[in-house]
Amino acid sequence: MPGMSAAVPAFGPALPEIIMALGTLLLVLWGAIRGERTTGQVTIGALAVLVIAAVMISGQGALKTSTFNGSFLVDPFGRFMKLCTLAGSAIALLMSSEYLERSRANRFEYPILVLLSTLGMMMLISAGDLIALYLGLELMSLSLYVVAAINRDDVRSSEAGLKYFVLGALSSGMLLYGASIVYGMTGTVTFAGIAAALKDHGSIGVIFGLVFVMAGLSFKISAVPFHMWTPDVYEGSPTPVTAFFASAPKMAAMALTVRIIITAFPGILSQWQQIVVFVSIASMVLGAFAAIGQRNIKRLLAYSSIGHMGFALVGLAAGNPEGVQGVATYMAIYLAMTLGTFACVLAMRRGNTYVETIDDLAGLGRTNPAMAFALAMLMFSLAGVPPLAGFFAKWYVFVAAVNAHLYVLAVIGMLASAVGAYYYLRIVKIMYFDEPAEAFAPMSPLLKTVIGVSGIFNVAFWLWPAPLVGAAAFAAKSLF
Amino acid sequence: MLSYLLTGLLVLPLAGALFILITKDDTPGGQSNIRWIALLTTIATMLLSFVAWGRFDPANPAFQLVEDRAWLSETIRFKLGVDGFSMPFIMLTTVLMPFCIVASWVSVEKRVKEYFIAFLVLEALMVGVFAALDLVLFYLFFEAGLIPMFLIIGIWGGKRRIYASFKFFLYTLVGSLLMLVAVMAMYWNAGTTDIPTLLAHKFPQGMQTWLWLAFFASFAVKMPMWPVHTWLPDAHVEAPTAGSVILAAILLKMGGYGFIRFSIPMFPDASLYFAPFVFALSVIAIVYTSLVAMMQEDIKKLIAYSSVAHMGFVTMGLFTLTPQGIQGAMFQMVSHGIVSGALFLCVGVIYDRMHTREIAAYGGLTERMPLYATAFMVFTMANVGLPGTSGFVGEFLTLMGAFRANTWVAFIATSGVILSACYALWLFARVMFGPLQKPELKKILDLSPREVAILAPLVILTIYYGVHPAPVLDAFAASTDALLKSTQAALGAAKTAALVSH
Repeated sequence: MPGMSAAVPAFGPALPEIIMALGTLLLVLWGAIRGERTTGQVTIGALAVLVIAAVMISGQGALKTSTFNGSFLVDPFGRFMKLCTLAGSAIALLMSSEYLERSRANRFEYPILVLLSTLGMMMLISAGDLIALYLGLELMSLSLYVVAAINRDDVRSSEAGLKYFVLGALSSGMLLYGASIVYGMTGTVTFAGIAAALKDHGSIGVIFGLVFVMAGLSFKISAVPFHMWTPDVYEGSPTPVTAFFASAPKMAAMALTVRIIITAFPGILSQWQQIVVFVSIASMVLGAFAAIGQRNIKRLLAYSSIGHMGFALVGLAAGNPEGVQGVATYMAIYLAMTLGTFACVLAMRRGNTYVETIDDLAGLGRTNPAMAFALAMLMFSLAGVPPLAGFFAKWYVFVAAVNAHLYVLAVIGMLASAVGAYYYLRIVKIMYFDEPAEAFAPMSPLLKTVIGVSGIFNVAFWLWPAPLVGAAAFAAKSLF
Repeated sequence: MLSYLLTGLLVLPLAGALFILITKDDTPGGQSNIRWIALLTTIATMLLSFVAWGRFDPANPAFQLVEDRAWLSETIRFKLGVDGFSMPFIMLTTVLMPFCIVASWVSVEKRVKEYFIAFLVLEALMVGVFAALDLVLFYLFFEAGLIPMFLIIGIWGGKRRIYASFKFFLYTLVGSLLMLVAVMAMYWNAGTTDIPTLLAHKFPQGMQTWLWLAFFASFAVKMPMWPVHTWLPDAHVEAPTAGSVILAAILLKMGGYGFIRFSIPMFPDASLYFAPFVFALSVIAIVYTSLVAMMQEDIKKLIAYSSVAHMGFVTMGLFTLTPQGIQGAMFQMVSHGIVSGALFLCVGVIYDRMHTREIAAYGGLTERMPLYATAFMVFTMANVGLPGTSGFVGEFLTLMGAFRANTWVAFIATSGVILSACYALWLFARVMFGPLQKPELKKILDLSPREVAILAPLVILTIYYGVHPAPVLDAFAASTDALLKSTQAALGAAKTAALVSH
């Protein structure tokens, strides 16, 4: 019966997400019934849900299919980015409990909100049309707004949540506006349909719509000129929340940006390429220069992440399979670097207070050599100095850009990364060349593990880069 | 048969570093253990490099001891190998390293563990630079060396160490990043980053110009050539003795090695086109930095400026594209590696005693330190280029090459030799001769057995290679021939093509 299969969509491909949704609902019930004491249990439950989802998604293998009439896509690209996202969420969640307990903000809603926003990210990565895109985006964003303000007694945290919400709502509006124009011009909402409608010509209207869609997406990945919220939200939110913001949502939003641009607008490459090149250059340059003056390490990392999104977009600007491979590789390596760095920031604790200025790191090379070494390697890696992982991330995006003859972009990007190296070096300088400040309190085994794994990944990546690079190449192929 | 020699040269220092990492350094005994581990590691590496030297056939211009492993992709591989141009530098690195360790034996008191780890890691990376047969791998080692050097200058350096370390890092980084873009462009043009394949690949003429400029940006800073040499005096002055030795003896040679390995054979048309430009910069460097060196009040700064002048001879010789010029440049680099390294070690000797590098603080040292004065004299003479020392051979050959290529360049450069005699002899006179008046110097001691052990072999090498340069020259004679043959062939082909198109 062909009619039946059209009426009831196949749930199979979306099973991991469905299980995530059910798991989240169960955890809400459990928390609501048992009250505040359940935070620990709910956290463990949330982690279990994330792990189950990750196992199921990795079990999908090379499956490439779609369901819900093409609005939900399953492909190797999605799988790669989803696994990165889940890893980011899980590690951020793991690192949160200790901090939130100490600052008395450990509510059971926190893991649930993280889980819900992760579910939104999964939807976002798998989105095959504009409606699913918006649904996923809002599910993700609404949870993020609340998470930013989770420490509601803290003025900065509330301010961060509010700022993020107001600006986020504006960007969602722009995205919706752009999406409706694109729909009006092409008569379809699916990415494949839009691509087919734009095959022969792109009208000025579609480009207009595309600009608005891009504006909304730039906001989510915090690319210039829609980056203004990032430093404030990064600084104001509790540190583990910042770690979460810097990792998982970036993965998802970047994945979606790549997917929509590559699969829905291949026909007007020369038009969107200009936009992406501009956004990329602006982000790289601003990220490099604005971070120089920062004393607060979270603010500094906010500008650093703006710059890194610019670098990742270099790969997208190339618009070829190598470029998408570059973006995927870049994001995976960035995830490892950023989680390790935030684990170090979370270890910056004296007694019960967490400190946040870079001068607090003074002399760490002598008070805690292991952490200083790991953080120094992470800084060199973020600066893109070989042989650390960050160099390979840059290599893949820039090599794609050079292949697409975007020489100006490549040269500007390289120079921006040299400027950026200055402030990463300054952190190394403070840790190794300055006189020691008071030592930090001993860190938990969990933070040690995260810092250790991330440090080893960064230092040893060059010895065996093939698995990640191969997986990214395989993922990228599925979009073309 | 797959050889593991070069991998061994990479792994051995790293293994030593790892071993030091797990050794405790909070007691004097532990610190002494660390020093011995570092010394034994570098000696073992040196012995292994002698084995590699034994297996290496200098008459064969092809790459030898090649190792090839899968890495990033099918076309970007972990490939190592040596030829006549890289083997001498590997030997230079591994032979100088034990001297650096011994030179740091007592002068490094704080953070001993980190110091020796940084040096061993640096050694592995430097060997990697010269042994890499893949452009991406080369870049990886080339840049990675910045990290340990940055820490060495910044942690164990002098008063302005932070300024110097940042300047060193950022200067070299900017140059290298431009080279990286060129590497990418070459990858897409040739489809591989395998160096032997790229050497045979013919890049389009217009593209060569840009690629040459990008590589030049990196190597000119590293070399360093005038006017991008300003990081060097700062870095040298602030770095600890062993750091200066490595910087002068090996890190600077990476620039020259880069020119000879990449710029000249891969972009022959552009090299010919830009040769006058390089000549101009070289002679300015030779004359200008010699004059600047004359007026220095800091011994290390003086030697640093003289290094820039000597590197001017190297770049001039390389771009004459004559056998004499290239052989001379290669020899000059090897000789300068030994001589400038030894000079910095000599400065280290008196710095350890007096804790100042100001020329004015010394005078009349011959009275109290005859052994030291003798060693210093040999190296000063080699620095001047006196016949009978290794410094002479390189300068003479490069000047001979320059005379064939451009008489005026050779003329001005020769005047630089006179200037070098001025500043070097004047330095020697001010430090060693005259009455011993300063009260602090009255009790200064001559070389200790440890210092004799460092300087004596270098004195012997300097004089031995001065009177018998053949072993070094033979090492790269075949490679030079092959290089010039392929360059001339490429240039000839370009000329023919230009004629046909007219």
